[in-house]
Amino acid sequence: MAEAPAKTTGTPVLSVQNLEAWYGESHILHGINFNVNAGEVVTLLGRNGAGKTTTLKSVMGIIGKRTGSIRFNDQDITRAASDKIARMGVAFCPEERGIFASLDVRENLLLPPIVRPGGLSLDQIFELFPNLKERLNSQGTKLSGGEQQMLAIARILRTGARFLMLDEPTEGLAPVIIQQIGHTIARLKSEGFTILLVEQNFRFAATVADRYYIVEHGKVIDGFANSELQANMDKLHTYLGV
Amino acid sequence: MQALYAQLLVGLINGSFYALLSLGLAVIFGMLNIINFAHGALYMMGAFCAYFLLNLAGIGYWPALIIAPIVVGIFGMILERTMLQWLSGLDHLYGLLLTFGIALIVQGVFQNYFGSSGLPYAIPDELKGGMNLGFMFLPIYRGWVVVFSLIVCLATWYLIEKTRLGANLRAATENPTLVRAFGINVPRMITLTYGLGVGLAALAGVLSAPINQVRPLMGADLIIVVFAVVVIGGMGSIMGSIITGFSLGVIEGLTKYFYPEASNTVVFVLMVLVLLVKPTGLTGRAA
Repeated sequence: MAEAPAKTTGTPVLSVQNLEAWYGESHILHGINFNVNAGEVVTLLGRNGAGKTTTLKSVMGIIGKRTGSIRFNDQDITRAASDKIARMGVAFCPEERGIFASLDVRENLLLPPIVRPGGLSLDQIFELFPNLKERLNSQGTKLSGGEQQMLAIARILRTGARFLMLDEPTEGLAPVIIQQIGHTIARLKSEGFTILLVEQNFRFAATVADRYYIVEHGKVIDGFANSELQANMDKLHTYLGV
Repeated sequence: MQALYAQLLVGLINGSFYALLSLGLAVIFGMLNIINFAHGALYMMGAFCAYFLLNLAGIGYWPALIIAPIVVGIFGMILERTMLQWLSGLDHLYGLLLTFGIALIVQGVFQNYFGSSGLPYAIPDELKGGMNLGFMFLPIYRGWVVVFSLIVCLATWYLIEKTRLGANLRAATENPTLVRAFGINVPRMITLTYGLGVGLAALAGVLSAPINQVRPLMGADLIIVVFAVVVIGGMGSIMGSIITGFSLGVIEGLTKYFYPEASNTVVFVLMVLVLLVKPTGLTGRAA
């Protein structure tokens, strides 16, 4: 199918064209096209194994072989090393959260280096996630799943990166925690962060996203704005099989 | 009793070398996932570096304590950049074979020029002589080796467990890909870590030079015991390496006093027992 006809405005912060990616010998992405504009929350939807996570990892530069074009703030990052990409202001919160067991909560929080000014201060982070403040000296992986997710998001807010990629931040969490994460994303958006979200939980995505792209078999097959959501409900059900 | 204390001291000194070497091995294994068989050869290079500094440049023991670890550490970092880095992601066996090969080459080169007998390296003037502690006579240099090794081990532990830099290192040991995706230059950190581990081995080599003389195979003899120490202590823990290193030195010393025939094998017997009961080692984490 052709490139998704999603409505875009302004200059994209992230522009991905014809992205193909491989895990070793297996070809995972077969031509991904999408844009994310400044201040938007864009969600990649799709079934398990469609290539959503691989797309985020390719943007982050942690998939070994990738071709096509990935541009961030008008710079080509297709072949850049992931630490260089991070230093340009891209932050990644992985699906498995990536909390370090050998680090306490404070060390986990302070691990990602500041890449540019304008990140949240520790006080602002504790205001968003009060739980973390009480557990600063606990071992990272002793936190509950919800707290680990908060920690995983909190630590990338410190760095000054304004473009966040969140991979299934609500996976396996209780509804009250999901709600809290939803509030956090809304708050970040209001403060001008640009967010690329991967979600299986469509109902959650609908509460925060501006636009959606549908990923299937390693391609973006459709895209629409949140305002077009109702009109596209039937299609969505087919795509996601829900 | 005099003999018992003397053997205890010998045990503590050997333990110092075990601790410094196994600590470096543990740090290197954590970051590079490589079983560094070249460690003994690098320890020997530290001793030779001190020997060259003294005999070719007239630079004595105290500067050598700093210069030799740096020089050998840089040599190690070149090894890492030119060879070891290409093995990341491969089976342990490749790293083991490569570093074993490096050890053979380095030792062979030194043997070619210096034979197998020991070259003397004098105890620095400040540390000559001994003290009568009442219950035993303590050669000052030997006391110095134990105390200084302990300080270096604890400083390394502090660096890794209590500082920001150490937190980066621990995190990169767990998940290098993610740490790099935060903007930390992990390949550079790996190179420096290898340099640190190698530097500790070279430092042990300098400390050992006045006690054991400087010999091309001094590391080859020691490294087998050190690997047994590492297996007993487990690869996962810094403090574990230190404690195991010193305690096994002492156990060896005690064995020399109570049952000398077993003193060369006691560490290996312990290793077998530990492997049977707790294969990850006393302080190690499951892989």
